Amino acid sequence: MKFVDEYRDPAAARVAVEQITALARGRHLKFMEVCGGHTHTIYKHGIENVLPESVELIHGPGCPVCVIPMGRVDDGIALAETPGVIFTSFGDMMRVPGSNGNLLEAKARGADVRMVYSPLDALRIARDNPDREVVFFAIGFETTAPSTAVTLLKARAANITNFSVFCNHVTIVPPLKAILESPDLRLDGFIGPGHVSTVIGNRPYRFVPAEYKLPLVTAGFEPLDILQSIVMLLQQIRDGRCEVENQYTRAVRDEGNLKALEIMAEVYEVRPHFEWRGLGFISQSALKLSDAFSPWDAELRFSVPGVRVADPKACQCGEVLKGVIKPWECKVFGTACTPETPIGTCMVSSEGACAAYYNYGRFTKGAAIPVRSA
Amino acid sequence: MSEALPLPVEEPEPERGPSREDIVLDRIEAYRRRRPRLLEDAVNSAHGAGGKASAALVDAVFLDAFRNDTLSPLADGAVLGLPSGERLAFSTDSFVVKPLQFPGGSIGHLAVHGTVNDVAMMGARPLWVSAAFVLEEGFPIADLKAIVADMAEAAAGAGVQIVTGDTKVVNKGAADGCYITTAGVGVIPASVQLGAGSVRPGDKVLVSGHIGDHGIAVMLARGELGISADVKSDSAPLGDLVQVLLAAAPSTRWLRDPTRGGVATVCNELARAADVHLVLDEASLPVQNAVNGACEILGIDPLYVANEGKLVAVVPADETEAALAAMRAHPLGAHAAQIGEIRQEPPGVVIINTVFGGTRIVDMLVGDPLPRIC
Repeated sequence: MKFVDEYRDPAAARVAVEQITALARGRHLKFMEVCGGHTHTIYKHGIENVLPESVELIHGPGCPVCVIPMGRVDDGIALAETPGVIFTSFGDMMRVPGSNGNLLEAKARGADVRMVYSPLDALRIARDNPDREVVFFAIGFETTAPSTAVTLLKARAANITNFSVFCNHVTIVPPLKAILESPDLRLDGFIGPGHVSTVIGNRPYRFVPAEYKLPLVTAGFEPLDILQSIVMLLQQIRDGRCEVENQYTRAVRDEGNLKALEIMAEVYEVRPHFEWRGLGFISQSALKLSDAFSPWDAELRFSVPGVRVADPKACQCGEVLKGVIKPWECKVFGTACTPETPIGTCMVSSEGACAAYYNYGRFTKGAAIPVRSA
Repeated sequence: MSEALPLPVEEPEPERGPSREDIVLDRIEAYRRRRPRLLEDAVNSAHGAGGKASAALVDAVFLDAFRNDTLSPLADGAVLGLPSGERLAFSTDSFVVKPLQFPGGSIGHLAVHGTVNDVAMMGARPLWVSAAFVLEEGFPIADLKAIVADMAEAAAGAGVQIVTGDTKVVNKGAADGCYITTAGVGVIPASVQLGAGSVRPGDKVLVSGHIGDHGIAVMLARGELGISADVKSDSAPLGDLVQVLLAAAPSTRWLRDPTRGGVATVCNELARAADVHLVLDEASLPVQNAVNGACEILGIDPLYVANEGKLVAVVPADETEAALAAMRAHPLGAHAAQIGEIRQEPPGVVIINTVFGGTRIVDMLVGDPLPRIC
């Protein structure tokens, strides 16, 4: 595939790995990739088994599905089961467990739950079903928040009143701060999120080197992007530098996407606090619809239970998200908690650190011998 | 404090036994090898997706009730021994595809090809097919005629006759237009001995052409994704190709058509049934550019996408060249390739060496393909 294969070239990968091995010799360095998309790339392409042992990757909190607390899932299911409602959601949310089952089970019980690829699809369903209430389960960081915002602007412009948004959009900087404040954290740098940064730019991360003395390199999503960002982190450490750098120059501008930020400012306001799965309440870490869009706010339009549900005791998603423990160190990993029966959300999405490790983790030790086609 | 610093504690000798991580990974592997368990108390869409949930449903409900030596191998069809010593292959399949027409075929083509291919995978020459229709009130006769004409065309192309059938009509809303169930019977030549039991380490894994065409063609034909690509279903009868393959590689061990759940699923089924380790080579997988592109955008792995005119074969190493040459000389096998090989350890597990040079596990599908969202 043009424009993709270039970033998966094994020869270029070998060069990058040699650079990494040379730069990291004699050290043990831990870098956290913040974004779930990076975690996915790392496992899908087997990046960990080409890296030297001196470089360890910690899979951070950037999987939007993984950070949604159970109470919000329950609220979503309650909305889905409200008579007359068509509940629309990204596929990843369908299997996320609430305190009493998931959306897939609600669908089997008769709720009209539909998987969409974009909030605009949900708006189209609303337009096609004027006698039904269509609710969109909005999740995600600054990556997906603009598309929800655009959808709401279109809903208002077209005066589509049977459409509403159950807003669970979150922002990346507050949890990053929360993680950096965690006393048991040992990190040497961050691979910064690529897609989020196309929207917010690189400036919001300046506090990471300024206040916490850690380098951060914003990276793209192909395997060579990841390797190159690790090289850049190691070069900073070698040179005694500590700054925000941009590996993903083909997509990320320092100032971000001003148009998207403008739309977001119009549609959303910051919630005083929001609960994160495993990380607890983090102040000013999530978005709600602004007053101008209250007619499209599902939380105002319907009664949602809004009950806070404590994370299951056995589940150590929080520690996994903070990189304090590896997925396999969790007490229930691979026993009670598996991709078929996830307890924690890290096990649900393919971007969750636990699911990724469960599915792809075994052969990160170079056990396999390549085979070639005849 | 003025006291002397405590002496550094000697790091305990690294344990000779397996590390905790290895123990956890072994546990996952054992779990992965086990037939999945049915945990839900109601059917949901994942039970129909061909992955783990489907396997659990078959095991816990159908196999449990019907258990017998003919059914238990859970192959594409049953092998029936006649008193004369001849053997019949017998298989059945239901078709509920939406939309009923898609680029490259229709439910009519599928209803014939799906069943004759299952019969062909037993090494048999398909001869006779039954057809049963469940029709929704109001379904246009013209549409039914078109579907039946496609079935007649497909049957003629496959060299089979549709020899018996049934029709039922249900209330409007109780079905989605038209569902078809077909069954097929064929005769297995005396020389053919196929089965997972004969698969040996060192054998090669072949696929007869581009993978993922059917699933992507149908998904795009739904028009819900806003992606258009020139992808046609590969729906085709494989009986002829099987005979060509068996003539060129008489010691062929095992055949399967990778329909729902794709190549990844049949490879996993083989790894479990034959208790072998299967190594795939990503660089060798034949995938059309358009399919690869659509999968990349949707966050789906082509290994898990359905095919309706492809076969996966395991052949001994010394017959690989002949098998590939014979398939490539046939119009349905022009892009045949060796995609992997059989190894001994660890049994029951499928891995893939990525283009990039890494390695990952290819597990059975969990749920329906869940696209990534960031």
